[in-house]
Amino acid sequence: MKLEGKKAIWSEYQKEIADDKFFYVRSCIRQNFFPGSEVAFLRIMRDVLKKDVYEHPCHTTCSGIGYHGDVVPVETAMTVVARQFALMTEAGYSNYIPSCITSFGLYTEILDTWHHFPEVEEKVRKQLKKATGREFEKPKNLAHASDVIYKFRKEIAAKAKYKLINKNTGEPLKVVDHIGCHYAKMFPSKGVGGAEYPYVLAGMIEEWGGQIIDYPERRHCCGFGFRQYLVQANRGFSVACSKEKFESMKPFKPDMIITNCPGCPMFLDRWQYVINEMEGKRYGQNGEGIPVFTYEEVAGLVLGYDPWDLGLQMHQTDCEPVLDKIGIEYSPEDKYNLEVIPSHTKNHNLINV
Amino acid sequence: MKKHVVVIGGGVAGLEVAGQLSHSGIEVSLIEKESKTGGHLNNWYKLFPDRRKSSEVKEYLDRLSQNQGISLLTNTTIEGFHRNRNKFLITTNKGKELNADAVIVATGFDLFKSARKEEYGYGIYDNVITSADLEEKFRREEIVLVNGSVPETIGIIHCVGSRDEKVGNFYCSKLCCVTAVKQAIEIREQLPESKVFCFYMDMRMGGAFYEELYREAQEKWGVNFIRGKVSEASETIDDKLTIKVEDTLAGRPLKMKLDMLVLMAGMEMSDGGKKIAGIGGLRTGENRFFAATDNHTSSNKSNIEGVFYAGTCTAPMNITETISHARSAVLEVIDFLKDGKS
Repeated sequence: MKLEGKKAIWSEYQKEIADDKFFYVRSCIRQNFFPGSEVAFLRIMRDVLKKDVYEHPCHTTCSGIGYHGDVVPVETAMTVVARQFALMTEAGYSNYIPSCITSFGLYTEILDTWHHFPEVEEKVRKQLKKATGREFEKPKNLAHASDVIYKFRKEIAAKAKYKLINKNTGEPLKVVDHIGCHYAKMFPSKGVGGAEYPYVLAGMIEEWGGQIIDYPERRHCCGFGFRQYLVQANRGFSVACSKEKFESMKPFKPDMIITNCPGCPMFLDRWQYVINEMEGKRYGQNGEGIPVFTYEEVAGLVLGYDPWDLGLQMHQTDCEPVLDKIGIEYSPEDKYNLEVIPSHTKNHNLINV
Repeated sequence: MKKHVVVIGGGVAGLEVAGQLSHSGIEVSLIEKESKTGGHLNNWYKLFPDRRKSSEVKEYLDRLSQNQGISLLTNTTIEGFHRNRNKFLITTNKGKELNADAVIVATGFDLFKSARKEEYGYGIYDNVITSADLEEKFRREEIVLVNGSVPETIGIIHCVGSRDEKVGNFYCSKLCCVTAVKQAIEIREQLPESKVFCFYMDMRMGGAFYEELYREAQEKWGVNFIRGKVSEASETIDDKLTIKVEDTLAGRPLKMKLDMLVLMAGMEMSDGGKKIAGIGGLRTGENRFFAATDNHTSSNKSNIEGVFYAGTCTAPMNITETISHARSAVLEVIDFLKDGKS
């Protein structure tokens, strides 16, 4: 493989990412799947990078999950999104950063639709005004939260306590990056690095000391695929998709997987357990699974956050093999100890602290 | 006083018009951006459908254009293009000014830059090559992989950059299908143990003896033709390639491991042509090639009186068609020089 070829593509797909004053919107489902990730993002942005990040308590689902599951019509989704933009406008912000990849894809699609069909935007404005009395400005800058961490990856590296390096061998950890489908597959120009060879997570991994693996099923769906999973009868397809990926990445001996989507870490993590139960098969080294992380979790780990503060005990595939390789200090006995309250949550209102 | 015509481009069309005009007693300045004439012909090993050596056609063109009436300017590009009454003033990158009574644009085509089809990994995966790269291997009679070993399984993807809305090329490049068939046969000739798979959307074998060549590829050489567009290529840990494709005749998805993947790059308006269109005010069509004033009856005439087109700067053509088109451009120019009207 020629890295220069990829670099040429990466250089063509760079996007503008705002520097400060962000309106942050959480995902509907991430807090259930990986409850520490969004909190970690806010800690990094506010405490480490000293950025102004605002959350609005009236923010709702963007309805993207219903839109892509074919149960919410696009015009309804547009009006819901218009309301989110109204909240941003009322709060005095214009740089919009969703936590969810599907939300990012939906916002991108809607803004593009309004660009090409201004009469649709006008109709949605009227609908929103009639229903809620609200008006809105469109974001001046729309970026996914992983874009923002990518933008500040060097600043994070400069303050890092750990590197993604095997402390025993001195070798970079081998990392599989998995990008959510709705990040750039619909609009390649809106993703860092484009759709075929995305750089958004690869850039973080490189900067933090790891090495990205390019394996044949890199582009394949994680197994969420909305209707594969949401329709119970289709769940076999979901497991089959994940298995396809694991089989393909296994020969490259990855140490970990990093993701930027709500569904991908969930399915790549949980289905490893399921496949092991069904077939007695594991895909990591030494009979272990391959630990799966969100990018916020990885950023938090390199910055030295406590793994249990990051919620890594919620992973079904144990994360300890990676923690041990890097040499991250942690307390095994506190993994499920509910008495230990993370220090950063004490005396904090998580919304707009 | 002899009339003077500037011919822009020294490929097949440019050499043909220069030679024919010169034989008709017209003074010609032939401008070529490269260090030698011949264009894409120099890069091809053998030609379809009869697989004669491309050098034979080049020899014909060289003989035709070796004439004292032709002033050849190599490593030269056009920087200025002005019309002043019945004369054209052409300025070159070397500061030379040429006064011409007429101009023939024969800027040809550029091969589609296959790296733009990112999903196929050209420029990233070692053993993904283009049809032009393969011709180079044929010339050296050394079809080998990057690691020096001989490929056993080779895939050929048709329509790379043609009939593809995603890259903005709706048109058919017309010659890639027959090039794929020719190259598949040549691979089998040079590597009799190899297996060759062609992945196509439609087989467009519209030229004389093309269909016969297609039949020969299947019957004599055992080339496999699979109707389906390849969606992606990837590299495996053992440096092989895997592709995903839908076999639309069998109605099922297919995943295949290959040693080498050859991309049939389509034809696009050349960068040189685009530049001249810009500075000369020459009209281009939706396909970005030069637009003739009438596709049926005046395919050589431009929107500027006294400026004519020859060859693939107007649309994809094979060599036979290019030479015919060049000759018709010569007739148009001679006619124009008689009375000053296109």
